[in-house]
Amino acid sequence: MSHHDDYQTHQAKILTPSFYVLLTLTLIGFALIALRFIKGIGAVSNMNDGYPWGIWITYDVATGTAIACGGYAMAILIYIRNNMQYHPMIRSAVLTSLFGYGLAGFSVMVDVGRPWNSYNFFIPSRWQVNSAMFEVALCVMAYTTVLLIEFLPAILTTIEESKWRRMHAFLDWLEPHIKPNRAAVLSKLELVRLGAAWLRPKLNKVLIFVIVLGITLPTMHQSSLGSLVLIASTKVHPLWHTGFLPLLFLINCIYIGFSIVLIESIISSYFFKRPFEIKELSGLAKIIPALTLIWLTVVIGDLAWRGHLGTALALDFYSGFFLLEFCLVAGGSLILFNGRKRESVRWLFVSAALITIGGALYRFNVYLIGFQPGKGWHYFPSLAELMITVGIIAFEILGYQVLVKVFPVLPKLHLDLHLPYGQGRHLPEVKGSKA
Amino acid sequence: MKSPSRRKFLKMVGVGGAALAAGAVGGSAAASDGLKINNDNVAMLYDATRCVGCKACMTTCKRVNLDSGSLAYEQAEFDPDGLWDAPADLSGDTRTLIKLHKESPTKWAYVKHSCMHCQKPSCVSVCPVSAMTRDPESGIVTYDKGICIGCRYCQIACAFNIPRFQWDKALPQIVKCDMCKSTELPRIGTTGCASVCPVDAIHFGKRGDLLAEAQRRLDAEPEKYIQYIYGAQELGGLNHLTIAGFPFEKLGLPIVGDQPPAEFSEKIQHTIYKGFIAPVALYGSLCYVAIRNMKKAEQHNGTEKKGDDA
Repeated sequence: MSHHDDYQTHQAKILTPSFYVLLTLTLIGFALIALRFIKGIGAVSNMNDGYPWGIWITYDVATGTAIACGGYAMAILIYIRNNMQYHPMIRSAVLTSLFGYGLAGFSVMVDVGRPWNSYNFFIPSRWQVNSAMFEVALCVMAYTTVLLIEFLPAILTTIEESKWRRMHAFLDWLEPHIKPNRAAVLSKLELVRLGAAWLRPKLNKVLIFVIVLGITLPTMHQSSLGSLVLIASTKVHPLWHTGFLPLLFLINCIYIGFSIVLIESIISSYFFKRPFEIKELSGLAKIIPALTLIWLTVVIGDLAWRGHLGTALALDFYSGFFLLEFCLVAGGSLILFNGRKRESVRWLFVSAALITIGGALYRFNVYLIGFQPGKGWHYFPSLAELMITVGIIAFEILGYQVLVKVFPVLPKLHLDLHLPYGQGRHLPEVKGSKA
Repeated sequence: MKSPSRRKFLKMVGVGGAALAAGAVGGSAAASDGLKINNDNVAMLYDATRCVGCKACMTTCKRVNLDSGSLAYEQAEFDPDGLWDAPADLSGDTRTLIKLHKESPTKWAYVKHSCMHCQKPSCVSVCPVSAMTRDPESGIVTYDKGICIGCRYCQIACAFNIPRFQWDKALPQIVKCDMCKSTELPRIGTTGCASVCPVDAIHFGKRGDLLAEAQRRLDAEPEKYIQYIYGAQELGGLNHLTIAGFPFEKLGLPIVGDQPPAEFSEKIQHTIYKGFIAPVALYGSLCYVAIRNMKKAEQHNGTEKKGDDA
């Protein structure tokens, strides 16, 4: 399992302009979260008794965790389907998943009214195994911990190899004020390094059991996210309310997971000015349409079986959103069926974006757009509510940006496999020169 | 060497999918066979044709449950001087409400909104921490704010939109009728609303007796009533029964069918999980596949031989 030389720390400045933009958005979001805790949820949100779950649950939890399924999808591909060549891509996928899940959990704590009672999840007599929510909550907590452990090798490696440059700079800055005991500090740091060096090989031995847990848990809670709305049989529109919701949510999160890995890799390569990992990307892109094909078949077959194909084509409000979701996923997949387009970064990006947006819209349709509690109820998120979600997303991107520059996360560049950035963008040449 | 693991994986996906499919098919075809309606529960019968709209039930409910239920008087927009308690709907301050359905300017009917105390309540089925419970003896569905985490899943699940949340409070809770379980019921043996109704429009008693009483009224004056007891079968039986002279849908009591949604969703969830055996089995087989794959990869690295030996 000595794969740690697959990765490298991205050497670049941390305090970039985008850092400050994201930081501002994050701070606005967190200020509004503070307001929510002081004045109540109604002060910042348009949620009401008919629509008790708004954008926070629909985006941050139900959709956000699907977008954070990159780590899950890659783990299946690498460890279960035995495609070790994708191994260098997993660490950045795990990092995005860690942020996605960690912040989904954080959003839940913002959304629930009585968070101080959450300890009840750990009291067996209060467990309620009939509740899909109970299952989702425990799984999400467990999976976030698993992701943290999966990411730990990156942190340990960094500690082991650290020259403590920032610590030295800090000590230098302290020197004129309060003479620190340099020798003592450095011996303590050496202890930390030894601890890391001792822990890392031990962790590597058992890591595979954690990784497999990281495959089992999302399988459980992603399907349960679909089960969650099964009970609202009188409220969720018949286009989306079906016994197949758990299965649909599970497949949905896997193809969104792969699409997000594509998008994330392309955007990282673009903004960090690294060559595109075109070979791995087009390999991944081959898997996605197979999954979406299964998904679309289940959707259509289920509608036909329940006799709701006419509802889907009624061209009213609901059918419009259904058709939009359907066409986005189907359209993106059609592009990926074409072998030549799978070799083009632009087409890969477009199709992955279409599929992600379509897949995310499906979750919005189930949780919010297709949710009709009865006459007289309306919901559209308020500005403050939206800004809290934007703040959380900004924090996610911010954290990713910073951590790839601190820890070895991105795949190590192999010069014999990749052409430099400028040429990497013209893909046919890349393909030709590689072969 | 690659194909066995793939086959194994596909097989597992297939098993999982089949379990899901079985759940879906079984669930939708399920009758409420496991569920028996308990007619010994305490219940309330609301007779919309008798109600005179005095709202004594509302004011009494608020008076007796103000502290224990975290209720409050509400000020309406038309009422700057604060002369009335005028809730427009059930809310975080109000858990019993009389509304007026206006068929025409000269024809109307009152209707009572409060918890239906379902025999198979969705709110109890979905609550992740058992803050919402149903007492099997009395059939009363109770909420415990000391356990509740405020996730509002009960609101999503309730077909009648009964549980309400205190949106304007920093320390909010869910508000819903508990049949005066901790106030009037132990004190005087009936609910606050039933005890003050001057025309016996709200009748408290054993569910079985109330069904008989409702049927007696429907038979005695058939021209006055719609020949239907709302709640006798709805969602597997409600302990809050309603009879009326107008179609129930018009009064704001939705057509919900006889199947309890909780039965459907629980069946699917338990079919997938099989008492937690399925996740453990999944974990075990995935571990087996993953470790074998790792060993193979290490062998590859050891011999430093590239290429597939499949």
